[in-house]
Amino acid sequence: MSDAYGTSLRTAADWGLVLLAAIALAALALPLGARDGAPVGWFAEPLAPLFLAGVVLAVVGGRTAPSPRKGAWVELAAVALAWLLPMHLMDRGIDLSAGWGLWLFLVAATLLLWRVLGVLAALPGWTRSVLVPGLFGLGLLAGWEVLVRGFGVPAILLPAPSRIAAALAANAPVLWDDFRQTVLTSVVRGYLMGCGAGFAVAILADRVPFLARGLLPLGNLASAIPVVGVAPIMVMWFGFDWPSKAAVIVVMTFFPMLINTLAGLGSAERIQLDLMRCYAAGYGRTLVKLRLPNALPFLFNGLKINSTLALIGAIVAEFFGTPVVGMGFRISTEVARMNLDIVWATIAVAALTGSGFYGGLALLERLTTGWHPSMRGR
Amino acid sequence: MTIERPAIRVPPVAAMTLLLVAVWYAGAFWLNTPQAEEALVRAGKPWGWSELLAQAYAMKRPILPTPDQVAMELWSSLTAYAPTSPRNLLFHAWVTAEAALAGLAMGLALGTLLAVGIVHTRTLEFSLLPWVIASQTIPILAIAPMIVVILGNLGLTGLLPKAVICMYLCFFPITVGMVKGLRAADPLWLDLMRTYSAGGPRTFWSLRLPASLPFLFASLKVSVAVSVVGAIVGELPTGGQAGLGARLLAGSYYGQTTQIWSALVMASLLSVLLIGVVRAVERALLGRGGAR
Repeated sequence: MSDAYGTSLRTAADWGLVLLAAIALAALALPLGARDGAPVGWFAEPLAPLFLAGVVLAVVGGRTAPSPRKGAWVELAAVALAWLLPMHLMDRGIDLSAGWGLWLFLVAATLLLWRVLGVLAALPGWTRSVLVPGLFGLGLLAGWEVLVRGFGVPAILLPAPSRIAAALAANAPVLWDDFRQTVLTSVVRGYLMGCGAGFAVAILADRVPFLARGLLPLGNLASAIPVVGVAPIMVMWFGFDWPSKAAVIVVMTFFPMLINTLAGLGSAERIQLDLMRCYAAGYGRTLVKLRLPNALPFLFNGLKINSTLALIGAIVAEFFGTPVVGMGFRISTEVARMNLDIVWATIAVAALTGSGFYGGLALLERLTTGWHPSMRGR
Repeated sequence: MTIERPAIRVPPVAAMTLLLVAVWYAGAFWLNTPQAEEALVRAGKPWGWSELLAQAYAMKRPILPTPDQVAMELWSSLTAYAPTSPRNLLFHAWVTAEAALAGLAMGLALGTLLAVGIVHTRTLEFSLLPWVIASQTIPILAIAPMIVVILGNLGLTGLLPKAVICMYLCFFPITVGMVKGLRAADPLWLDLMRTYSAGGPRTFWSLRLPASLPFLFASLKVSVAVSVVGAIVGELPTGGQAGLGARLLAGSYYGQTTQIWSALVMASLLSVLLIGVVRAVERALLGRGGAR
């Protein structure tokens, strides 16, 4: 492993940059793309040399910046400019699929982005935890967009992100209805019922150890079996509307919550329990003041696992039958009609919902368990 | 490193299982009574509680089949037909297991590769690892049908689309476990390797990789279970050709509840069996290495 992040951008012999420059120079000799079958060179397009000059200026500027961090920001501008070039060329109607010069140039730009990320990843704090993954994701999106559009990948295989965004905007009312049916109705109700039931039974099992000893092995077994398979049965029992989805979610989320709550309740230390006894605190008071707060990280772990399971449960249950609305219904019907951009838009909604759900829980965990030893050192 | 498993005590588990079976029978009676009553009324003969009970537990298409009906269906399917016949559940279980194992192998390769990259490159750790975690908040099972259709458009049908879904589900626990495992080597051992003047690759193969194995197996047990789920869901959009997922779908189309339940039980058995195999390999391998 070369230490890309260890070298300062300003060290005298920066071999990484030399390599980048060599790749970019080689790219200049190859065409940018083709118009009507005839290759288009770098200097046949009026704005291409401007982009090139901007990139070169930014890279040089980055090297003269007063600190590596500031240099990285300037180089980031170069990367952005380089990735804007293919977008501009596509707008001018140039076929990029034969533009090997452009692709080589973009390879160099990607390597430059890698260097920038290397510098930024060495800086602690929010740059590292938010900015670096954010830039990486943006880079992936840009690469997806340019590759799909540049090589003319049929939308039936993989639509470009811009097309998905357009479909998202155009079908917003439909998608909102689906979201309301699947998430706001089925998932929320099923999730609350399943997690609530798991929690309540765990408290009961904590009071009656016989129950806990009997339920834990069954819970472990339940984590091994494909619970989502009960979906057709639940649809048969509870009909097409939300109760069947909520029932699937309850079955899926019950045991993870039960197991995590029990583990959390068992996590209070002997010495803490002794202290509570010294205070003459009874079972209820010990539970509320000591054991439940101590169990919070475990509870949140269960809640987080269940947030993903609940979304999966609802959508898979919708494959087995729904009223004519819902994310699972939308996915299965639009796949059959080959409207893949709507399917991808639904998936984007599902992904955002899942990440938002998880992220919200993580934030709540941070707010409520900041005092817990498990959050130290973050 | 390995989790101490508490000794399972037989009486509580047996009591809970008995309770579960009792609830099941009671529920079956409760759910099937209306149907059974109708059938008895139609037959026109006088009937009492015992007839109703017998009828409710012997419906052809019950709302909730009893455990003995499911067991009978399972048994007759396993013994009455050759294992290669599509009427035998072993055939379907094998189709599902094939996809799940292929996906597990792909997930293992991808997950290990990512983990090695993440452990050795700080840039990857901070740029890629958050996305690996975010990837699992996406309900992948929901887009399973689309993956099957897209790969079908590329001319890939049969095993591979299902295996890709399994791979997506499998790689995450393996990546997370391996990242932890590859960093789990004792600093003392690392120092020892240094005194042997062992280089990076040598340390990796001789120390870091063996030290990560307990973590790998813990992840594999999780992965193999989700892989079976992935394979089953991946079989849903193929329209019920073969596999346990196809049996579930066919059962739900034709109202064959006993078939659904027996497929479900078979899937659970398959999952438990595969986890057992992983556990056996773990014991053999780690026992030989003297790790545990």
